[in-house]
Amino acid sequence: MNAANLMFNFLVFPGFLFTAVVGLLATWVDRKVTARVHWRVGPPWYQPFVDTAKLLGKEVVIPAGARRTGFLLMPVVGLAGATLASTILWMANLYPSVSFVGDSIVVLYIMTIPAVAMIIGASASGNPLGILGAAREMKLLFAYELPLVVAMLTTVYKAGSFSFERILGYQDANGVMLGSVSGVIAFVVAIFCAQAKCTLLPFDIPEAETELAGGSHIEYSGAPLAVVRLNMAIMFFVVPVFIITLFWGGVSLAGWRILTTILKYAAIVVIMVLIKNTNPRVRIDQAVRFFWGPMFVLSIIAMVLAVLGY
Amino acid sequence: MSLALKALKKSPWVFHVNTGACNNCDIEILDALTPRFDVERFGILLVGSIRHADVLLVSGPVTRNVLPRLKRLYEQAPKPIKVIVIGACGCRCGIFRDGYNIIGPVDKYIPVDAYVPGCPPKPETIIAGVVKVLGTL
Repeated sequence: MNAANLMFNFLVFPGFLFTAVVGLLATWVDRKVTARVHWRVGPPWYQPFVDTAKLLGKEVVIPAGARRTGFLLMPVVGLAGATLASTILWMANLYPSVSFVGDSIVVLYIMTIPAVAMIIGASASGNPLGILGAAREMKLLFAYELPLVVAMLTTVYKAGSFSFERILGYQDANGVMLGSVSGVIAFVVAIFCAQAKCTLLPFDIPEAETELAGGSHIEYSGAPLAVVRLNMAIMFFVVPVFIITLFWGGVSLAGWRILTTILKYAAIVVIMVLIKNTNPRVRIDQAVRFFWGPMFVLSIIAMVLAVLGY
Repeated sequence: MSLALKALKKSPWVFHVNTGACNNCDIEILDALTPRFDVERFGILLVGSIRHADVLLVSGPVTRNVLPRLKRLYEQAPKPIKVIVIGACGCRCGIFRDGYNIIGPVDKYIPVDAYVPGCPPKPETIIAGVVKVLGTL
């Protein structure tokens, strides 16, 4: 595979352009389903694109107390990380031959880059509320990574390999992970971790519109804010695809399987949006206790069941 | 008309600031944002940070204490920003005009794009005001 091919894969398909468009559409699904839950009509499908275009045309304000470089660079770093995670994930799904040993670990690590970039960017903004949001984001990151890794290990143990190729091959041969008891438990844990990874309610503690007024992205305006929002949209796309790959037989664009792919993705998104709309925000200590307590125990149970062969 | 302005018309995010109102206009603003009127259909969202705002909803007469904050909020907002005054007090100080701490209507201190009079204005009136401001873009 030459460099031009790699650039195409990273920037157009299945990288930046594809992921951004689908991610923005997914945020529209989020807003529309939320509106229907509220018994409203909701925004038109092009609303996220209009928002992005508007933000790109607005003035960029850099606060007086901010570290200019870190403040402006970090959203782009996060965007690069989210795009890279999506690219590796989709390439491994579409062309299993490019999968390498341990690429699931690589994707798991790269998916934390947007959160880490947000922490650094918010700390560089010099705003007390932003720094508070950054601190909460860091605690939340520590909280949900542990059960997510153990839930992933359940699948890895069954497939006997860390590479997406073997994980998908195992699910092709023996049925999807969701067909087994341990798979279902690990899937539930992963859904809650995804909720925190996308910072949706009840785990939108770093942003907390009503108490921190935007929290970690309070000082961003104009084009950087557009990038931050694009980041969140892409994560809203990547994390469900990661879960589908691990537990639900992966994604595909070939023939009729494109339909099942869309259905799987839509199902996970709607579950996440319904959780978001039916739960109040928890405090950060409650969130940490939730992930290190019940969720960690559940994921350990799933792991033990997997070892026992269920 | 540039693409950015066209997009601004389709997604005006509002930021709400009370400069000394009796809270009645604020309640009506929140009413205008409830599911009954569903202004998200037109892309209107309430944002928590002034850095994200496109429209400043100002309610109330300007008091001596709030003036520096009002000016700072206006300067902190990323341009282009539209200012809409909600309620009779913001327009002409209303019943508070003789108050010892009232130093004038909003348009004496920051540029205003639209006035929505009423004590308090109905949510329909507020939405009509926002639509008129967007028509001037």
